[in-house]
Amino acid sequence: MSQVLDFVPIWTLILGIAVFFYVLLDGFDLGVGILYGFAPNTAARNTIMNSIAPIWDGNETWLVLGGLGLLAAFPLAFAIIIPAVYFPILVMLLALVFRGVAFEFRFRDAEHKTFWDHAFNYGSGIATFAQGVVLGSFIQGFRVSGRVFSGTSFDFLTPFSILTGIALLFGYGLLGAGWLILKTEGDLQDTARHQGSVCLIGVLAAIGTVSVWTPIMNPAIASRWFVFPNILFLAPVPLATAAAALLTWRALHSRSEVLPFVGGIGLFVLSFTGIAVSLYPMIVPHHFTLWEAASSDRTQAFLLVGTLVLLPVILMYTSWSYWVFRGKVRADIGYH
Amino acid sequence: MDFDPVFLSRLQFAWVIGWHILLPAFTVGAAAFIAVLEGYNLATGRDVYLRVSMFWIRIFSIAFGMGVVTGVVMPFQLGTNWSRYSDATANVLSPLFAYEGLTAFFLEAAFLGVLLFGRKLVPRWAHFVAALMVAMGTLFSSFWILSANSWMQTPAGYEIVDGRFFPTDWLQVIFNPSFPSRLAHTVVAFFITTGFVVLGVGAYLLRREKFAEEGRTMLSMTLWLLTALVPLQIFLGDHHGLNTLEHQPAKLAAIEARWETGRNVPLTLFAIPDEKTESNHAAIEIPGLGSLILTHKLDGEIKGLKDFPADQRPPVAIPFFAFRIMVGCAMLMLGIVLLGGWLRWRRRLTDTPLFLLLCQIATPIGFVAVIAGWAVTEVGRQPWTVYGLLRTAASVSPSLTGRDVAISLLAYMAVYLFMYPTGLFLMLRIVRAGPMPAAEGDATIEAGRPQAPVLAGAGVSGGSEP
Repeated sequence: MSQVLDFVPIWTLILGIAVFFYVLLDGFDLGVGILYGFAPNTAARNTIMNSIAPIWDGNETWLVLGGLGLLAAFPLAFAIIIPAVYFPILVMLLALVFRGVAFEFRFRDAEHKTFWDHAFNYGSGIATFAQGVVLGSFIQGFRVSGRVFSGTSFDFLTPFSILTGIALLFGYGLLGAGWLILKTEGDLQDTARHQGSVCLIGVLAAIGTVSVWTPIMNPAIASRWFVFPNILFLAPVPLATAAAALLTWRALHSRSEVLPFVGGIGLFVLSFTGIAVSLYPMIVPHHFTLWEAASSDRTQAFLLVGTLVLLPVILMYTSWSYWVFRGKVRADIGYH
Repeated sequence: MDFDPVFLSRLQFAWVIGWHILLPAFTVGAAAFIAVLEGYNLATGRDVYLRVSMFWIRIFSIAFGMGVVTGVVMPFQLGTNWSRYSDATANVLSPLFAYEGLTAFFLEAAFLGVLLFGRKLVPRWAHFVAALMVAMGTLFSSFWILSANSWMQTPAGYEIVDGRFFPTDWLQVIFNPSFPSRLAHTVVAFFITTGFVVLGVGAYLLRREKFAEEGRTMLSMTLWLLTALVPLQIFLGDHHGLNTLEHQPAKLAAIEARWETGRNVPLTLFAIPDEKTESNHAAIEIPGLGSLILTHKLDGEIKGLKDFPADQRPPVAIPFFAFRIMVGCAMLMLGIVLLGGWLRWRRRLTDTPLFLLLCQIATPIGFVAVIAGWAVTEVGRQPWTVYGLLRTAASVSPSLTGRDVAISLLAYMAVYLFMYPTGLFLMLRIVRAGPMPAAEGDATIEAGRPQAPVLAGAGVSGGSEP
């Protein structure tokens, strides 16, 4: 097939955006679920849940788009990575089932409210941990022979993937705290500020550990970062991370309601960038590049046409739905 | 113990999709029904439409939530258990899946929030638009997923390079030979399923004599709809059958448990198919009728299963019996619709206790028909994932052991067997509480920012019901 236009960079960008939107949107959404377990009373739990009730469904849709986008743009990567993380995916999906139905069930099933409180809280936490494990396994890479994953379904379980699982709990917790600071007031907001500070410390510890561990584990990544002149070009990433961390910390301890959330997002963008720099151009680390795993030109072109039209429209009406529910959580909107 | 990962993966897929499809089977029609009610209310200003709409929105929100979480499971099944199928078909099928997400899932999700929680936050017309968008989203979703499913049944517009499928013509891929009739047959099935649920609930409310106006509205509206759709569905089903005869003769032979190729074949009403002896036991047959129904010709030829190598035949018993269950449901539905029409003509539609009871009992009939129809078409597709080209056994993820899949299957079973009865119980509780005055059903508190959400209207929470 003659190559008129290389769609791979475009699809890499689109998929990157989709995954990032997922991590950001369902990140704060799951993070709110994690912090939910620390809420002092029913009234606080109602407010916390109502802060995401109208939007969680849309946030989770980005997960489906991320999965399907990977299948569409880089099917070989999908076919190798997903079976390799068989059990983390299973656990994530079942945890998402519990936390998803908890919204409606908790409200309708007053006798078992506590049970559904737990389902929402643990479901959010377990789903987050499982996603972190998937991320860690992905960075470590998989055993591959030919076009298939050739390891076992328990290969995912390593100290590194456990670490990234815990790291993501803190990360989503930070985003969740940022969201709650934005959407609540008074005691609830103060609690969220405190929780955000704890999560931020956890996040920084995790970023530090992963940043040391990854180059030790993988010499290719070490040479990517620490060889002259790369070190000059890439130095802004860790420097900006330090700056974002400082800004987030100060925002959590100021009166600002927006900056903690923005700071959390900034830290995620930079971590995301760090991983991308480490792995590029591999989509199945050690085995296949983005180009090798890409679907056919016709496939990518056909989907691109629609995506370029639909994605802006989606962003428009999704923004509108967020705008409808803007401001602090109102007691008369949502489940009551 | 030795488990077969292929068989268990099939069982797992059947399990998660079987439960999942029950929800779109209801929500596709319910979303449209709610949009129509909201539109009527906007146009006529009659309060009853609003009350009925808000009642169904409460039930819809539970079903839709369950549909979302069980739906998120589905695309990941393609990767976890069917990775070689994904690798082989992604170039052709993945855009169809992705377009489902882009055109439908986001639309539904964004506007659902406004539909459920935004009635007081947006103008009335915008709320109606939100209802309309959710309904359109469910239809877009059906379009793409059934196109992908149909392609697996009747692949077109592709070429095979190195054992993988590549697209050559997108229009042929999307509008593959079985797609139009499958889309029509399935969407109408979903509307009918919702129709019988609303009919049954309306009948129940009338029997309780407490919510007569709402019950009458539900009964009357849906009976008109069903009067049009049930006969249409029988026509569409027949049309779909002709399509199967042309493109998937082995499936048709399994549906009819027909072993020998022949003309002027009988219609088998009942039999016990035996794959070992390649024959039927205890068959009850009507001479000649088979060819007439299946081919629309008296001497039309029906291929028998023996014309296909044994390793290319689908299982016989499941398609055979499931098809008869589906058609049986259709006959019952037609009976109810005809009876309802006659009673309406006699002006006794809402005060014939036996008919109301019959409608109430028939509430789940659409679900039975949908699951049966699904079993016919998917089991009948075996032993292929892409009909005639890619074997199911060659589609499964190679890294999986039987034990892996046994664990995941048990986990899915445990979770679904807990969640579905709970969801059903909560929906039935809403039905039992009945519709409530429009003002109360939504929210009672004026705008403002009280410290804590108030448990508005005892009836809303449902829990404080006597």
